[in-house]
Amino acid sequence: MWKRGFVGAAVLSLVAASAYASFFIAPTERTMGLIQRIFYFHAASAWAGMTAFSVCFVANLLYVWRRQPKWDSLGVSAAEVGLAFITIVLITGPIWAKPVWGIYWTWDARLTSTFVLWLLYISYLLLRTLIEEPDRRALLSALFGIFAFLDVPLVFGAIRWWRTQHPAPVIMGGPGSGLEPTMRAVFFFSVFALHALMAFLIVERYGLEKLRVELEIVRREAEAV
Amino acid sequence: MSLFANTTVLLGKELRTEFRSRELLTTTIVFILIVLVLFSFTFDPLSDEARRFGAGLLWLAFLFAASLMLQPCFLREQTNDTLSALRLSVSDPFAIFLAKLAANTLFLLLTELLLLPIFAVMYNVRVLPVLHWIALVFFLGSLGVSIAGTALSAISAQARMRELLLPLLLLPLLTPILIASTEVTSALLDRSPYVQWKGVGFLVAFDVVFLTALWLFGEYLLEE
Repeated sequence: MWKRGFVGAAVLSLVAASAYASFFIAPTERTMGLIQRIFYFHAASAWAGMTAFSVCFVANLLYVWRRQPKWDSLGVSAAEVGLAFITIVLITGPIWAKPVWGIYWTWDARLTSTFVLWLLYISYLLLRTLIEEPDRRALLSALFGIFAFLDVPLVFGAIRWWRTQHPAPVIMGGPGSGLEPTMRAVFFFSVFALHALMAFLIVERYGLEKLRVELEIVRREAEAV
Repeated sequence: MSLFANTTVLLGKELRTEFRSRELLTTTIVFILIVLVLFSFTFDPLSDEARRFGAGLLWLAFLFAASLMLQPCFLREQTNDTLSALRLSVSDPFAIFLAKLAANTLFLLLTELLLLPIFAVMYNVRVLPVLHWIALVFFLGSLGVSIAGTALSAISAQARMRELLLPLLLLPLLTPILIASTEVTSALLDRSPYVQWKGVGFLVAFDVVFLTALWLFGEYLLEE
């Protein structure tokens, strides 16, 4: 129990430190000004969300291959946590966009594709609520999760094909792009902090899901008696 | 029997079932027609406007129609538990999917091509000079819709609220198809039409990715 508290406190202080770094250590961006500092939270959350969805994808594959309920539990945990992070991205994005672009939302490929990604994982969780039998629910939702994840590169492929307003990728975006060194350091620190938070949340949610599965088994046994 | 032989036999069965009643085809045609008429009230359907919105409108109607048309694909097999029989009769369950998706592609393409002249007349756009290119886009788009749709209708058929569930699962997944098909089609409906090859390539990529996924994971979708 105390170990969990310790890890939780460590993760929280990491997130707090990254918030401090993005407010006070990173230099102010020349054209956008202070509002640009939301980037350290916005883009890092997007990366953490994508990592969570990748974890979900691997768990889905492992479930289809091995058929162990733990992979199903991991899949749903990662999907929920990833959804939380992508929700943060979808909220911080408009807050950043309003002063910079003059509008909250634009139907640009990247924004739209993130929204679609969000919808896909909402559907994944929705599908899970509509299948009673645990094994079937696990298998079918794992398969849908695989299809959904395969859709992601296609959806994101649209950014380079039909891109409009969203900035071209700054990190790993090819020649001529890149971040100022301090900004870069702060950004990757934020990425690290939010990944730690994501991992912690997935582990916690996984423990909860395991309890839930156990409860379901016990309840069914009790009904049988 | 080889995969190909199995698929052709099963495809024959799908086509026979459909053409006996033509239920799917007629309902889909009427549905798309209704959507096309209703859309005309949402904007000023002049030629210029139609050229700008027409392609997207058309594909949106196709996608909605497909999400309805694909419902009975596996549901139909449940009434007499014919899916078990199908599974027993073929060595590779991928044949079942191939036959169903080929049939669905065919039905979609047929309805789309039947409705194209009506769309062209109603919205005053010229399609005749680029008809072969439009047919290509319709084929690639419908193939993608059918591949993803057939796979997902196997999932939704096993869940509660299945009639509502399929569009919810399918439509977000088809976003890349909608974007690419709309882009290519609207380039073809342009005053000076041209073929947007990157869009065509994108559609091919979508079809290949999802066909491979279906080939790899299809058998699990049909597990008892």
